[in-house]
Amino acid sequence: MQTNLQKNIKRQAPNKKPKRLFSMNQKEEFQGYIFIAPWVIGFLIFTAGPLLFSLYGSFTNFNITSSLSFIGLDNYKRMFTNDGLMWTSLWNTLYYVAISVPLTTAGAVLLAVLLNQNVPGTRLFRTIYYLPAVLSGVGVYLLWMQLLSPSSGLVNTLLSWVGIEGPSWLSDPAWTKPALIFMKLWSLGGGMLLYLASLQGVSKSLYEAAEIDGANVFRKFFHITLPMITPIIFFDLVTSFIGGFQIFQEAYVMSDSGNGGPANSLLFYNLHMWNKAFEVFDMGYAMAMSWILFIIILVLTVINLKLAPRWVHYDGEDRK
Amino acid sequence: MSTIVHKENTVVQKKSSYFQSVTFKKRMVKTIVMVILILGSLLILSPIWWMVATSVKSMKEVMSYPPTFLPKEWHWDNYIQAIQSAPFARYTMNTLFITVFVVIGNVLSNSFIAYGFAKIPFKGRNVLFAIVLATMMIPGFVTLVPQYVLYAKLGWLNTYLPLIVPAFFGSAFNIFLLRQFFLTIPNELIEAAKIDGASHFFIWWKIFIPLAMPAIATVAIFSFNGAWNDFLGPLLFINDETMYTLQLGLQVFKGQNATQWNLLMAGSLMVLLPVIILFFIFQRYFIEGMNLTAGSKG
Repeated sequence: MQTNLQKNIKRQAPNKKPKRLFSMNQKEEFQGYIFIAPWVIGFLIFTAGPLLFSLYGSFTNFNITSSLSFIGLDNYKRMFTNDGLMWTSLWNTLYYVAISVPLTTAGAVLLAVLLNQNVPGTRLFRTIYYLPAVLSGVGVYLLWMQLLSPSSGLVNTLLSWVGIEGPSWLSDPAWTKPALIFMKLWSLGGGMLLYLASLQGVSKSLYEAAEIDGANVFRKFFHITLPMITPIIFFDLVTSFIGGFQIFQEAYVMSDSGNGGPANSLLFYNLHMWNKAFEVFDMGYAMAMSWILFIIILVLTVINLKLAPRWVHYDGEDRK
Repeated sequence: MSTIVHKENTVVQKKSSYFQSVTFKKRMVKTIVMVILILGSLLILSPIWWMVATSVKSMKEVMSYPPTFLPKEWHWDNYIQAIQSAPFARYTMNTLFITVFVVIGNVLSNSFIAYGFAKIPFKGRNVLFAIVLATMMIPGFVTLVPQYVLYAKLGWLNTYLPLIVPAFFGSAFNIFLLRQFFLTIPNELIEAAKIDGASHFFIWWKIFIPLAMPAIATVAIFSFNGAWNDFLGPLLFINDETMYTLQLGLQVFKGQNATQWNLLMAGSLMVLLPVIILFFIFQRYFIEGMNLTAGSKG
């Protein structure tokens, strides 16, 4: 039965069928809704419903046991006027995002360009550089706690080879966030793969033309390579910003179950929110915090989208 | 250096030597790139080696200064000690149980939903798909508290249901990825199958899933990785120690062996090993997933 069907498919595939078959009929529409029904149900139960509850809850003193009573903007007021730790956590998060996102993006682009030079063993290199990106979770954080250990860790040992006395990373408030950024840089292979895939799509003729005009390596990079991959850089930046603001697990595990590390230097926004929601059960407040984060992310994404036409190059544009 | 450049410029007219110098330059560039890549690889791999080395050292050697790159004595019994000091077998079974259901749920639901979005025309499809994509922007923590309350009301706390059930309702990234792949499969296939009386359900199950195996494998592997490494979900929803996953177990293990770096590294390595092995076997699919994303954005 099945093989028959497949034969039929093969036989009939090249024939153009009359358009009528594709016209929307109600039965087919109904089937369409059946297919996406799981997503719609899931969206309503796990996303839309919770979103509404959280929006309402952010104006209440909800703490899971007592009933919710409406307290207006109190949570928001408290956040901005009466919670110093909120500002600390916001600053820590901005610091982390502002440094780690540009560094990992630039690093990933650079690495992809190097890997795109057709040197022998490219596949092996690609595997090696990508490996850390698939590793995550507590095991990786434990590994980095050991690597960053001041006297017995690998990082400071390597630094001592070049005559630098490494800091005591995770116990020095000034170095905890750089330590996390360091760890993030180890796994930039994921971004690298994205860029490598798009670099391989850049037409060779562009480089050949530039070479005839005598362009050097740097001119070729800045005038051909970089513009051609700006759509991917844009995509990567947008998703990294969204992800970066939500840093939580690393800080939770590496700062003794979420206490925020030395001098609260690892108290990121989500960690503070977590402690409010699930340590002291101030859930209304935590939900208000989550909406402020949502707004920050929305504004940044909109800014990103608005700025995009100034620097993102789409291939179609110059073939007008 | 500058004299070489000058020479090059002056001999531009003579074709043969011009090409020679270009190939020479290209070779130089390739050699430099090669050296950087090799040094970089060593740097990237060194933490993994360090983990292996530390896991078999004695505590005395771990603490000795300067640290040793090659362990003087290989204490494989560290692994036995690590396994015995926490119920890792139990944690592994728990994690596997969750992971299997999450993978099945993700593959079935996302391919089903993606088929609807890719191949069946219906009113409001574009708007709904835009909403799918927009949900990727919502920070997970916004819905976390309400979800916790929901599961509490349902009596699902301290069960695996909150970790497994949502996987059966699709997730934006996977829907997007599979839809992109399905779009590349020609509509003529569906038309032909329909003439033979096949329903969309039949076409999805018997034609699209087999044809989309590379993309489905990618979703399966990413799901496996996600469920295996999930820390936040179990941390929030599981209290009972006998129900802990590997990630939670490792976190507790960390608390109990605060500075026993050799045991901690042995434990970490055991938890990471399945993912490392999976990566080397199914590397193609890991990379495929990335390429699909890049291809559709670029």
